[in-house]
Amino acid sequence: MTAPAVAPARGWRVLAERLPPLSIIGPFVALFIACVFFSFESDRFLTGQNFSLIAQQVMVVGVVAIGQTFVILTGGIDLACGMVMALGSIVMAKLAVELGVSPHAAIACGLLVTVFFGWLNGVLVTFVRLPPFIVTLGTLNIAFAITQIYSKAQTISDLPDPLLFFGETFQIGSTAVTYGTVLMLFLYLMFWLVLRETAVGKHIYAVGNNSEAARLMGISTRRVLIGVYTLAGLLYGIASLLAVARTGVGDPQAGQTDNLDSITAVVLGGTSLFGGRGMIMGSLVGALIVGVFRNGLTLMGVASVYQILITGILVILAVATDRITRRGA
Amino acid sequence: MKEQTIRSGRRLLTILLLACTSTAAYADDVVIGLITKTDTNPFFVKMKEGATQEAKAKGAKLMTAAGKIDGDNASQVTAIENMVTAGAKAILITPSDTKAIVRSIKKARDAGVMVIALDTPTDPQDATDALFATDNLKAGILIGQYAKAAMAGKPAKIATLDLAPGITVGKLRHDGFLQGFGIKEGDASIVCSQDTQGDQAKGQTAMENCLQKAPDINVVYTINEPAAAGAYQALKAAGKQKGVLIVSVDGGCAGVKNVKAGVIAATSQQYPLKMASMGVAAGVEFAKTGKKTSGYTDTGVTLISDKKVTGVDSKDTKFGLDACWGTK
Repeated sequence: MTAPAVAPARGWRVLAERLPPLSIIGPFVALFIACVFFSFESDRFLTGQNFSLIAQQVMVVGVVAIGQTFVILTGGIDLACGMVMALGSIVMAKLAVELGVSPHAAIACGLLVTVFFGWLNGVLVTFVRLPPFIVTLGTLNIAFAITQIYSKAQTISDLPDPLLFFGETFQIGSTAVTYGTVLMLFLYLMFWLVLRETAVGKHIYAVGNNSEAARLMGISTRRVLIGVYTLAGLLYGIASLLAVARTGVGDPQAGQTDNLDSITAVVLGGTSLFGGRGMIMGSLVGALIVGVFRNGLTLMGVASVYQILITGILVILAVATDRITRRGA
Repeated sequence: MKEQTIRSGRRLLTILLLACTSTAAYADDVVIGLITKTDTNPFFVKMKEGATQEAKAKGAKLMTAAGKIDGDNASQVTAIENMVTAGAKAILITPSDTKAIVRSIKKARDAGVMVIALDTPTDPQDATDALFATDNLKAGILIGQYAKAAMAGKPAKIATLDLAPGITVGKLRHDGFLQGFGIKEGDASIVCSQDTQGDQAKGQTAMENCLQKAPDINVVYTINEPAAAGAYQALKAAGKQKGVLIVSVDGGCAGVKNVKAGVIAATSQQYPLKMASMGVAAGVEFAKTGKKTSGYTDTGVTLISDKKVTGVDSKDTKFGLDACWGTK
């Protein structure tokens, strides 16, 4: 410390005022500490290849979490996301492998299905005025059942190359990076800018903060909500493609825990479950925190159940931080 | 100042993490990975126990991981990647999705890791170096033969409480049972077939529904002992537990106790602890000598029942409890 010897308490206060609020920097600090810790504990942790691995392990949940973040920012929640994603990947795989549709058309059909489900959620939430929790609980079951019926609960393998593209890798130095990781990072960057810089972004925050006030300000809350759920559907579709590319198969059992996993990522990232507050990049950090603990603990030889324990503790810390800072505001 | 903060933060995390575990990593240790379908099913708990004992005896380091639910392929893919990165020489896996996991196993084998499937073969089976498993068809045949002999010529009304569509283990046991009983799929004596996911609550619901459909069921084939316990609950609630013969597969300690108590008539006992300890031994052998294990090894199956029937060999529950899931 080179600063003059002023009273340390005052120095801290000045520093605290200059820093962004805890709910925003908290996730970044947690991720950083975890990384430092694991670097000391395992000499295999701090390598480019390992970080690339962690990124590719979180890419599916990471992209689902973008959609989930949008929904949660409006004060909603989406329980159906993982099942919609599974349905999308089954449609893509089945059309391409068993019905001889061209792979690109099959991908487009899969995306259409997930967009439809997103739109359906949006319509039910806005026009029928049902709570998002219930609507998406319903569509979760519908999407799951259709997935099982349509696939006859059979895994579809031997997929054509275009469906596997995002699982392929390219080299940066000695590190192999998957195209899927790049796509995930690109999507985060894009939607971060959308939320930060555009009127649409401001409207989404406004609806989440106080939808009545937003309506009185002339924002079409219905359009915002339907738009958000539909966009989320599109993102789940992209996640379907990533899931297919990552595992190399259309898997009817996929996605069953992705709803809670994506909510975990969003919450760990500091986005408020009460809507209107949060940052999209936080969700990426949240997803990475889970991935880093899973990877790091495995490298240390600690059973994976401790990752679940730690995730649980972090979720409660994150929500408590949100609650406390909100009370202060 | 900063350094101190990091250090104390690190210390805090170390305490948090290591409070519950005493695994220490040494660079020279042979590392073996075990990936099970879930962490909660007693069958896999036994497997982990066997692997832990053997790893300790051989001085190897064991890493474990599991899916969150049965059928969770993505978690198993992630676990394989992480274990390969961690330097595992051999990975033992009970695949949740026998087809979907194949690509990841191939990547691990390409990286020089020996992969052994435990309990459940991959599809295709030669995607792994070796398979240590129960002969599930034989397990089914044994209880089928038992049920046939126990019925002694009485007309049978059979309910089958199965696993889930598309899962090989379930199909093999089911087919084995029919073969042992001497009937074909679609036989008129099969009055009800339901999927239970091997879950007790779902087994109970399935049996209740089967009884609604055919109140005179007198033989119940169950995929495993939790499903059998569920079926018994349903029969008891309907006051029909006396006249119905329940047969099952697994031979877990709780299951054998149920055989002793008369809930289950007979069960085919398998040996998960043995599968895992053999797997760890093979992994250590490979790490030290470079010699790979290959092909299928039958880890054995024994029919357990307290009521002998003519023409079918069985052991009593005393043997079953001593050996339940391969404690010995």
